[in-house]
Amino acid sequence: MIKLHARLKTTRDAEPFVARIVTAADASKDPADNEVFYVGQSVHAPEGFHGYLVNEDKVSVSDNAGSNIWQIPAELEYLTDGDIIRISPRTGELWVMYRRNSPSNSLLLTEQCNSNCIMCSQPPKSANDSHLVQAYLKAIPLMSLETKELGITGGEPTLLGESLFTIIQACKDYLPNTSLHMLTNGRMFNYVSLCRRIAEIEHPDLMLGIPIYADLAHVHDFVVQAPGAFDQTIRGLMNLARFGVRIEVRMVLHGATIIRLPQFATFVARNLPFVDHLALMGLEMMGYVRMNLEALWVDPADYQHVLCEAVETLLDCRMNVSIYNHQLCVLDRSLWPVARKSISDWKNEYVDECRNCLVRDECGGFFSSSGLRRSRQIKPLEHRDETPWLCIQSDPMIHVERAN
Amino acid sequence: MTRCDWCRMLKSLPVLNDRFVAQESFQARTGSRYSLLPLRFISLDSDRYVLTNLAGEYFVVPKEVGRRFFRHELEINSPTYNELKARHFLIDGDSNVALDLLAVKYRTKQSLLANFTSLFMFVVTLRCEHSCPYCQVSRQSVDRHTYDMKWSDAERAIDFMFRSPSPAIKVEFQGGEPLLNFPLIQEIVRYVESRNEIENRELQFVIATNLALLTDEILAFCREHGVLISTSLDGPRELHNYNRPRAGDDSHELATAGIRRVREALGPTQIAALMTTTESSLSQPQEIVDEYVRQGFSCIFLRPLSPYGFAVKTGQVLKYSMEQWLEFYRIALEHIIDLNLKGVPFREEYSSLILRKILTPFPTAYVDLQSPAGIGIAGIVFNYNADIYASDEARMLAETGDTRFRLGNLRADSFESVMSSDVLIGALSDSLTECVPMCADCGFQPYCGSDPVFHYATQGDVVGFKPESDFCRKNMEVMRHLIQLLEDDPRAARVLRSWV
Repeated sequence: MIKLHARLKTTRDAEPFVARIVTAADASKDPADNEVFYVGQSVHAPEGFHGYLVNEDKVSVSDNAGSNIWQIPAELEYLTDGDIIRISPRTGELWVMYRRNSPSNSLLLTEQCNSNCIMCSQPPKSANDSHLVQAYLKAIPLMSLETKELGITGGEPTLLGESLFTIIQACKDYLPNTSLHMLTNGRMFNYVSLCRRIAEIEHPDLMLGIPIYADLAHVHDFVVQAPGAFDQTIRGLMNLARFGVRIEVRMVLHGATIIRLPQFATFVARNLPFVDHLALMGLEMMGYVRMNLEALWVDPADYQHVLCEAVETLLDCRMNVSIYNHQLCVLDRSLWPVARKSISDWKNEYVDECRNCLVRDECGGFFSSSGLRRSRQIKPLEHRDETPWLCIQSDPMIHVERAN
Repeated sequence: MTRCDWCRMLKSLPVLNDRFVAQESFQARTGSRYSLLPLRFISLDSDRYVLTNLAGEYFVVPKEVGRRFFRHELEINSPTYNELKARHFLIDGDSNVALDLLAVKYRTKQSLLANFTSLFMFVVTLRCEHSCPYCQVSRQSVDRHTYDMKWSDAERAIDFMFRSPSPAIKVEFQGGEPLLNFPLIQEIVRYVESRNEIENRELQFVIATNLALLTDEILAFCREHGVLISTSLDGPRELHNYNRPRAGDDSHELATAGIRRVREALGPTQIAALMTTTESSLSQPQEIVDEYVRQGFSCIFLRPLSPYGFAVKTGQVLKYSMEQWLEFYRIALEHIIDLNLKGVPFREEYSSLILRKILTPFPTAYVDLQSPAGIGIAGIVFNYNADIYASDEARMLAETGDTRFRLGNLRADSFESVMSSDVLIGALSDSLTECVPMCADCGFQPYCGSDPVFHYATQGDVVGFKPESDFCRKNMEVMRHLIQLLEDDPRAARVLRSWV
């Protein structure tokens, strides 16, 4: 697990700032006032930067060495050119907002939420956190133009109202080639005006990831702990589709959702054929999941037959479906072609059993929180067809793979 | 662990940390009322009803359960109740989004109506060098050139065609044997293409031919212009040649050689074949399917004889009943499903398009199963003599003297007068299965359509008396059979689902 937050040894009375890291000075241009130079082990650094980062254990800095030198702990030594950090001098907090070489950067815009999902990996907080948007508005112009994808997450970003659209507009203006993927519960898109507003930005590559947890309103409302949420979200999906906004439907598999999974698949295929992608996701053992573990945990080995049934239904209806957060040794062999390596790099890991596994490189591995509970079926695979073939698959792609 | 053990294990609702609200409190209250959404039902067999909703979703219930449901006596939150609720057969107090979803689904199912006519059939000649006794178009002999379409009429037909707002346009060359008037086909294709530089429609050309007159020049032209081929293959050689006589008794040889040449010249997917069932076909369903597999096809379209033209005159139509054809269909379908389970991917197309209606939210463009009927507003026919007909069957009927469905003539009538003619509007308004007697109450209504020309030809009335209609007999039985397979035979269901 890569640490994105750290506490610095020194605190100072100064305003928080957002800055891009530079590791090699470019003599042809002057340092900008929102750039910090990462000195690392050397003590020589070009002049003119807003600040200088040095490694805490390798370089000792005397107290009077200057107010713009920051010692960073060893776990942040991965920081590199183009990364963006925010330092709050008064509390000594350092927050890594963006890592240039990571494929999974996201903007956590707020921790407030209007739902309270029973398996939320990042439970909502009610505190005012409008500084987050301000920080990201400073960070977005500093991000690399080559950033492939950027996530927007929360909390519930639509609660921000106009600030959210300012962020999306900034992404369009400063990062025109970057795909934007926003996680939202979709309830606010019940309001047509909000759909029109987001569509009017005309972001070239925006997709909204919106969860639906059941085909029945009361089951969904229970999962998100909000009466009426199902109707709001479904109307939101229809409104967004009307405005041509691209949609991914996300389903998390656990004790309260798994039992109607085949019916859920039929429901999506029949009612929401306009969605661009459907993600069936394994549980992340964080937040409320720890509180509700016995109720929510179902060993993936025990739900393979319903997962196969659901995926078949969706593929038959030509829907674009993926399975996230599942290890290949647990998945039915017929499901491998739709399994994706989905876990963000900073919380992704492999366990001891993976060391000798033939398909480790194709496998998404684990959340770093998975230590809490893992499938009993985790084991190194010695050949590709070691997991069972449960279904007669009609997908030609799967036929071909099987023939090989 | 079996599926049942597993369900039992999960049956109890998860018990959460007590800061969360339990699932029970989100459910509709026991004893509260529910409303039925628009639905139809019909017996699937002696013990079960199949219920269908407005958008064509179906659900099978024991008859007793169905009756309790209709009487509003179903227990709230029972498993059947939840299934019916999730599939939009009922609505209760805890959610009303079903109405919006149903509206969108209904509109999606009907969305092709807005495109208007997309299929245009050009009968470029009525001449043919075959002499099939089941010919439904009343062909003429090869030397009678008065049965050829004239270029001036073709040009008028093309003007007429581009008046349709449809974004996709399919031009189908029919006969007779259209290759006997190939120069006209070339002229039409070139002219349509040049017009399309401004019109910008999605074009498709198809020639319906027996392939006997295929030449390299024809193939080169088809290749250059992306023209597809549709041909006839009735089964193994002996059956095919018996059904489709021509001088030399070589129809099958010419057809199969033609199929191979078309595939080589145009690509493997550029040709499709149709079969017609005769009395002699009835005993060989497997052989016919196997012949299609042998000839490299991935699907077959099983069709009974239509009651038009020589097929009526020579008594071919009367030689077997619809019940016999349905038996033939069931055996052929079973054989096809077996082939799939053995690893040979192969579809029956009529079943596929009905399955698409049953299992997907999308509309199907098949003109014979639409409400209102597809006559005129989905497909239209330009006959060799410039007459305009509502459908292929309508012009077949005309060749035997009954011009009931003649909508006008290209030389005399405008697009407006043809499309708003009393003949067309009258037949269309009698074809809405939503309100036609017996169709309106039929559980299969969302999957079916009506065929005014068929009912007029067989019963003398465009609506028809449904209990004696072979159209109903055929479609109701095919739909019933497919739903039974989906419900009762998991292996067959797996194959059928893959066809949509």
